[in-house]
Amino acid sequence: MTALLDIRGLTIRTGDKPLVSDLSFTIRPGERIGLIGESGSGKSMTAMAATGLLPPSIAVTGSITLDGQQVVGAADKVMNRLRGVAAAVVFQEPLTALDPLMKIGRQIAEPVRRRLERDGGTASKDAIGREVRDLIDKVALPQPDRIINSYPHEVSGGQRQRVAIAMALACRPKILIADEPTTALDVTTQAEILKLLDQLVRETGMALLFISHDLPVVAQVVERVIVLKNGFAIEEGPVGTVFDKPHHDYTKTLVEAARLFDEALGTTGS
Amino acid sequence: MSPVETSVSARKRRHSLALTVGLVLVGINLSVAVLTLFWTPYDPLNASGGRLEAPSLLHWLGTDRLGRDLLTQLMIGARTALLVGIGAIAIGAMIGVSLGVVAAFATRLADDVMAATLDILIAFPTLLLAMLVVAASDSASLWTAILALGLAISAIVARLTRILAKRVLRQDYIVASRTSGTSWVGVVFRHVLPNIWPTLSINFALQFGLAVIAEASLSYLGLGAPPPNASWGRLLQEAQGTVYTAPIGAIAPGLALVALVIGMNLLADGLRDIADPTRGRSR
Repeated sequence: MTALLDIRGLTIRTGDKPLVSDLSFTIRPGERIGLIGESGSGKSMTAMAATGLLPPSIAVTGSITLDGQQVVGAADKVMNRLRGVAAAVVFQEPLTALDPLMKIGRQIAEPVRRRLERDGGTASKDAIGREVRDLIDKVALPQPDRIINSYPHEVSGGQRQRVAIAMALACRPKILIADEPTTALDVTTQAEILKLLDQLVRETGMALLFISHDLPVVAQVVERVIVLKNGFAIEEGPVGTVFDKPHHDYTKTLVEAARLFDEALGTTGS
Repeated sequence: MSPVETSVSARKRRHSLALTVGLVLVGINLSVAVLTLFWTPYDPLNASGGRLEAPSLLHWLGTDRLGRDLLTQLMIGARTALLVGIGAIAIGAMIGVSLGVVAAFATRLADDVMAATLDILIAFPTLLLAMLVVAASDSASLWTAILALGLAISAIVARLTRILAKRVLRQDYIVASRTSGTSWVGVVFRHVLPNIWPTLSINFALQFGLAVIAEASLSYLGLGAPPPNASWGRLLQEAQGTVYTAPIGAIAPGLALVALVIGMNLLADGLRDIADPTRGRSR
């Protein structure tokens, strides 16, 4: 099967400063990959580059093929047909990722309408409404009537992230890019959102690119991880192997930190 | 009810008061303006009264120095004021918002050029600009006044739109919307315009008030609507010489002007609270 997202020799720089250097990896349909690294390691840049949404002041070289279409240097019109269809993104901060002046029902309806029109179907009000309710159901949001008529600031952070996920799902993308989707949430909500993402990815069979600085979080939802440091991929492999036998010192510190954190929780928690 | 909810509802009540008063003031003006299309107490050109008569049952606000009924003049002035305000805002909004949105998307150089041009236009006194337009069209009419004021307003609106749109375009939800395949045009209509509308609409109301005052100034200078179109500005100018003998001739149009401008501002205040659902949130 051909790769859904094929990144080769990707280098991203602003001015002379490289943000990502010679990064290569592929994601096949249905595959779940984690991109790990601390802030500033180039994770989010890679995600934005994959959808062709980096500002023009940032130079991208190398090759990114998304669903058979070259992204680097592609016209915005071409990319617009690809965005949503091939890839959808869930962002870190769900409050700022939602339009503050648009009711949640309408925000979810937007991508639904676009997808229905794209598929050649008639996007009737009823069809869109049904689909919106369906999505709200899928992401397990309570009180759909209230949620649909609420503004983003009127619901909780976890609920907002569920809304953002519903919007991404509305596109029925082949790959979901989740850029630190649980970082802005508290630990309990984080676990719930992870479970939801995991379940949705399994149900729909879409591929997942999960970006995080948090190794244990990534390990829960992906099969393979790539560790980024200062824009270089320093380690790559199945999540179990990287976790149990990390090669690179940096990965070792990440694993060690996570283990210590878990232990600390274990001793004080019970 | 928790204290937070109480304060929110108290705020809502206060704002709905502003809205009510604004609606009443603007509503009176609007009704009078519509009424003059069908009926006025006297023919506006009828100079049958005595000169500078004091208010009486026949002439509720007295007469002007030509013996015309002042109330009739004042009522027709309301129509002129509304026409000028609405016309100037319509022209200013159409040109200004379009230019501002384009500037927000422009490359840095084009943006700088536009910003500088707008700043120069804004620095140019509105009345002087209006006089130029009037001079260029070789006769003063209500429409040249509206066009001139509309152009002056468009520069202010364009600059404001540009700044507001740029700020919205930097928001995460724009990127989020783009990742799901929204085109730039879609972004403008679905996210940018709704998000800048609350601020813009206040500015429109403010500009409306200023346009009404500017038209009064133009008419005062004899550059507004020529007679027989009554305008508050010209009423003021005509009453100038007789302000000590017949003060009502100056007071009445002055009060009408103030009432309409205040009414517009209150209305804008109230409308903003309806347009912006996030107000009343404590951050």
